[in-house]
Amino acid sequence: MIIALIFIMLLFQLLSDGILMQPLNITNLILQNSYILVLAIGMVLVIITGHIDLSVGSIAAVIGAIAAILMVHMQVPVWLTLIICLLIGALIGAWQGFWIAYVGIPAFIVTLAGMLLFRGLTMVILEGQSIASLPQSFLNISSGFVPDLFGDSGGLHLTTILVGVLLSLLLIWSEWRQRAVQKKYGVETVHISLFIVKVALLVAVLNAFMFILASYAGIPNLLIILVLLIAAYSFITNRTVIGRHIYATGGNVKAAALSGIKTKRVTFMVFVNMGVLSALAGIIFASRLSAATPKAGNLFELDAIAACFIGGASATGGVGTVIGAIVGGLVMGVMNNGMSLIGISVDWQQAIKGLVLLFAVAFDFYIKNRSN
Amino acid sequence: MTEVILEMKDITKTFPGVKALDGVNMKVKRGEIHALVGENGAGKSTLMKVLSGVYPHDTYSGEIIFNGERCEFKDIKHSEERGIVIIHQELALIPYLSIAENIFLSNERQRRGIINWHETTMEARKLMERVGLDESPDTLVMNIGVGKQQLVEIAKALAKKVELLILDEPTAALNEDDSKNLLDLLVELKKQGITSILISHKLNEVMAIADSITVLRDGRTIETMDVRQDQVTEDRIIKGMVGRDMTHRYPERKANIGEVLFEVRGWNVYHPLHAGRKIIHDVHFHIRRGEIVGIAGLMGAGRTELAMSLFGRSYGRQISGTILKNGREIDVPDVSAAIRHGIAYVTEDRKNYGLILIDDIKRNTTLANLQKISRYGITQEYREVQEAEMFRAKMQIKTPSVHQKTGNLSGGNQQKVVLSKWIFAEPEVLILDEPTRGIDVGAKYEIYTIIQQLANDGKGILVISSELPEILGICDRIYAMCEGRITGEISREDADQEKLMKMMTGTGGGKLGNTG
Repeated sequence: MIIALIFIMLLFQLLSDGILMQPLNITNLILQNSYILVLAIGMVLVIITGHIDLSVGSIAAVIGAIAAILMVHMQVPVWLTLIICLLIGALIGAWQGFWIAYVGIPAFIVTLAGMLLFRGLTMVILEGQSIASLPQSFLNISSGFVPDLFGDSGGLHLTTILVGVLLSLLLIWSEWRQRAVQKKYGVETVHISLFIVKVALLVAVLNAFMFILASYAGIPNLLIILVLLIAAYSFITNRTVIGRHIYATGGNVKAAALSGIKTKRVTFMVFVNMGVLSALAGIIFASRLSAATPKAGNLFELDAIAACFIGGASATGGVGTVIGAIVGGLVMGVMNNGMSLIGISVDWQQAIKGLVLLFAVAFDFYIKNRSN
Repeated sequence: MTEVILEMKDITKTFPGVKALDGVNMKVKRGEIHALVGENGAGKSTLMKVLSGVYPHDTYSGEIIFNGERCEFKDIKHSEERGIVIIHQELALIPYLSIAENIFLSNERQRRGIINWHETTMEARKLMERVGLDESPDTLVMNIGVGKQQLVEIAKALAKKVELLILDEPTAALNEDDSKNLLDLLVELKKQGITSILISHKLNEVMAIADSITVLRDGRTIETMDVRQDQVTEDRIIKGMVGRDMTHRYPERKANIGEVLFEVRGWNVYHPLHAGRKIIHDVHFHIRRGEIVGIAGLMGAGRTELAMSLFGRSYGRQISGTILKNGREIDVPDVSAAIRHGIAYVTEDRKNYGLILIDDIKRNTTLANLQKISRYGITQEYREVQEAEMFRAKMQIKTPSVHQKTGNLSGGNQQKVVLSKWIFAEPEVLILDEPTRGIDVGAKYEIYTIIQQLANDGKGILVISSELPEILGICDRIYAMCEGRITGEISREDADQEKLMKMMTGTGGGKLGNTG
């Protein structure tokens, strides 16, 4: 699917006469899709365990509403509001997780009920109106950038370039170390020349990206949040015992239970986690909109679910990756962005998105089944 | 009417990298019961899939001549139209539909797309009578036992006016009673002129009812024997299947038995759904270090329920009783507690309860003891590979690599992975539930060797098995269970199949449910 992403980016770069990769546009791309990507990270865990969560858009909406009430009507400081909102997200996740994991009601039904329930509560809390004039520090979450430590140096954000260089060094070191560990355990490693080419390519892409960002306003705060989440969740799913438990619960819940894995608890925690990430997405969205509205979060869940499946998750559970979900989300994000750039109307965009989802997954299916 | 109803000539079928069938020849006489035997992977199922049209005629080379006519089947329906019906090992029934609906599935009594329910029920009753199925046609298939479900499949075949009936391991999941029922039915159908091909691992059954036996090995026909004319013995069949003399089906046992390791007293379990229905009644038993203890019983005796209820209360409600390990009482409220106390349970259904089929061998191997390959909750991938490789060598798992998905392995190799998983969990007590079900003779021997080795390492082994020869072959001491009670205890020296059967049917003999 990464190949598809690259292909789509190049395609729209051509079609839009080079506007796609402009610094302003790339920065916008990240900001516009941030909340969907956050949801996709949580959603892929839900899908891996064999469930689904239809309520995430409504949770995002109700959290945005609660945040607005706290900050604007009750003068609660922003930092405290954020903590309370994430906690409420966790509680909502626990509520749904309880019904799904311990009572045994299908996730589809519990989260469908949640979708209606929390959308309704959003409208009750907001009394049908929007709340704007949110505090500036709250808005900075989505509109802020990492400041340039070198001051204004003629159009190029030097800190960003520096970060790029540092990350490149980190990348080279970590790849080299991994190669050394592989050698130690006698695992086959790729030829040194291929290794150098791979690392060189990664470093090149990383720095090109940093350069593009540096040419506009530098690293957005949201990008840092996203990168941290992606790194953390990728690590957890690939390299930890908890991650293994999640995949096992999804792969065969009965075998997992009989192997000593507390499958009910795993399922419960996955939904608590989804609640927290939905709250985060709600905060980000309200921050971007500079307002909490009753219509917030509409259809977010479908975008998040589509991102996971385009990224290779399986409807029967046990299969899926965080990186895959991000790539899937980016595929849709680039398509939305690209189509807007070349002037396709929003209505057609929705139709095309539907077709892309279908064919992307069908193509993935075909590739997987061919190799069997 | 020709004497030979079916001739398969020089059938060759290749899959990428594997020649599953290599010039197989087989002749089946009209009205006979023809058994097809061979190890797992010998090509029996493949051959029958070729015959029944699951593999269409352009995917193999060779000829099929049925009733004197050359056949080129495009699909299953095509072969069914000629009167060839195959009943797979995994029954193709819809659990939520009734017996009558299942019998006429894809063969409905209908006109212009509208089902005639009266006709369906009437015809179903007739067929059910023919196969001896005593149920209401409206009963849902999921509410009847496996033995009766098998009869539904046969009724389904009869509804298709079958001339040649192919049965793939029909008695694999049946108890002694249902197995006998089924075999009698096949003999009855033979009298009605229906020819049967029977694929089976159960050589005693094969010898009991087959007229001819074809042995396959590595995709080739080794020989076809006529039971009446040739000197057919189980040993001769096994030799053909395995290619070597297997005079010893069970490894020689030098037991080194120590003190009591694991003891259960006064164990009572109620049904998880039906309140008030007691499943396990006041069970006492014990296992010593280095001992292999067997539990024999018919299906429904409650052996699996006993094992699962002991293993972290994975089955049942209102469980009461005591478990003692090394003389001290232990509390086993859930599976992870059981594993912590050094108890392991190898399920009877490895595909559904034992393995994660989409995962590879190494991930399945470490699943019950992930702490051993992780530090501070972070898994050490390379350590995992090392451990899995060790098991691959030790258990002789036939696979190109430990990164192979377990769903792609044969039954015997899958079972070895499950055993690896539980050995990796470093238990002291292993409960093995039907450890060699659906596995060929050669692999069975390998697994018996492994079981013995575990016992010789000082572990206590409990073997649940429906194959009496197996229990008598590898166990030091045997308990019998019937309807949730221990009905007898006997040592290997004193035991034989008849004595065991008497205890298993609750008709007497042996010491009743005591400790010591």
